[in-house]
Amino acid sequence: MNKIIKYVISDILRNKIVIIYTLFLLAASFTIFGVEDNSSKGLLSLLNIILIVVPLVSIIFSAIYVYNSAEFIELLVSQPIRRKSIWLSLFAGLAASLSLAFFIGVGIPVLIYQANTIGFTMVLTGIVLSIIFVSLALLASVKTRDKAKGIGSVIMLWLYFSLLFDGFVLFLLFQFSDYPLEKPMIAVSALNPIDLSRILILLQLDVSAMMGYTGAVFKDFFGTPAGFLFSSGILVLWVILPLWYSARKFDSKDL
Amino acid sequence: MIIIKQLCKNFRKLKALDRVSTTCNKGECIALIGPNGSGKTTLIKAVLGMVLPDSGSITFNGKNIADSWQYRDEIGYMPQIGRYPDNMSIGQVLDMMKDIRSKTTALDTDLIRAFSIDKLLDKRMRTLSGGTIQKVSAALAFLFDPAVLILDEPTAGLDPVASELFKEKIIAEKEKGKLVLITSHILSDLDDLVSRIIYMQDGRLIFHKSIAELRNDTGEEKLARSIAQVMAANYE
Repeated sequence: MNKIIKYVISDILRNKIVIIYTLFLLAASFTIFGVEDNSSKGLLSLLNIILIVVPLVSIIFSAIYVYNSAEFIELLVSQPIRRKSIWLSLFAGLAASLSLAFFIGVGIPVLIYQANTIGFTMVLTGIVLSIIFVSLALLASVKTRDKAKGIGSVIMLWLYFSLLFDGFVLFLLFQFSDYPLEKPMIAVSALNPIDLSRILILLQLDVSAMMGYTGAVFKDFFGTPAGFLFSSGILVLWVILPLWYSARKFDSKDL
Repeated sequence: MIIIKQLCKNFRKLKALDRVSTTCNKGECIALIGPNGSGKTTLIKAVLGMVLPDSGSITFNGKNIADSWQYRDEIGYMPQIGRYPDNMSIGQVLDMMKDIRSKTTALDTDLIRAFSIDKLLDKRMRTLSGGTIQKVSAALAFLFDPAVLILDEPTAGLDPVASELFKEKIIAEKEKGKLVLITSHILSDLDDLVSRIIYMQDGRLIFHKSIAELRNDTGEEKLARSIAQVMAANYE
């Protein structure tokens, strides 16, 4: 299994897209920290970029990579290797290289300018977010054989998680504004890893004081160790469930 | 060595394999023959575990191959259309396969030398012609000295010289007591190679006979003519 991971990683690192992605993140982070005089405010601006760009790049790059590796996968399947280890190596290779790109691009500037709990939380959630969207991309690409359809569905997934879901939540909030919705909102936020990451980081920042009653309920829940464990657990589930399901699908796929 | 029992596989409505049962033994060289779309490649892929059957079983050396992967160590497979990662060179592909198989016994580099692949090691897979890719596939199938060789349309893209060298190699391996499974439409190529014939049509196995039996039944000396007779009889 390690051998395949080695080939996947060396293949991805030869790919210029990942290098461009790293340089983009690096440039964005240093520019933001350079422009904002208050580095805590800088962190907030950076957060918004991360929550849009990281899922998008992770999911699309991974999906395209899996489709382009169809030959490689076919070659490996006829060899004495377990199918599960082919699939998990592919996942591990993608997750490792995209996390590395994120760590170099965002992690290093953040640790230079903001080496505190907030900074660490942000780097960590960014890495977890990268891995979650690799896992979702694998799920989408094992479900559809057609490349165009698969990449289309991956873009829809990203759109859903970063835009449509928020619209849906707002709609719910307005429709049921007569009811106390703060607590159910905690459960709803678990349905979207991007929202969950945003809450996790915002609560560490001072701006959470301006989020009103909902913010107070969120802080009450996510601010406690139990809440932190809950949200980390949910994020890990977002990695494991799609990956487990896609590995099962791949195991019984005709090539 | 390979026992196939009541194997069925459907692709949506299409019956690719319909209750196929047969036995393949050591030292045999078996030709899988049938019209296009008769299920030959699907049968081969089922043996390799690339296609999972809907029902039925395949036993390899007494062990069921379902959920097993170690048995593929003893198979060398040459696909109909070899597909390799575009941006790898021939040398890298060979090294990767050696690395993955991690075989300790001597490698069989006869074909690499015969096809002078060792002079092309730096060439990227993307730049290769169809025939050269076929040569690489063939070299890879024989490289690890496997007990079973599965060759899907092996001579289709090869030039006459390479094709002759390749046939000699197959005969040499058969003499060593290996099981060789070949599918091909070029029947004249098979004439001096195969010892048994499996004939398939519409996913069903019509017969599995030795060459001598087939000659007896059809009264023809040449394989091409006897198969043509069988095919014509089954053609609709």
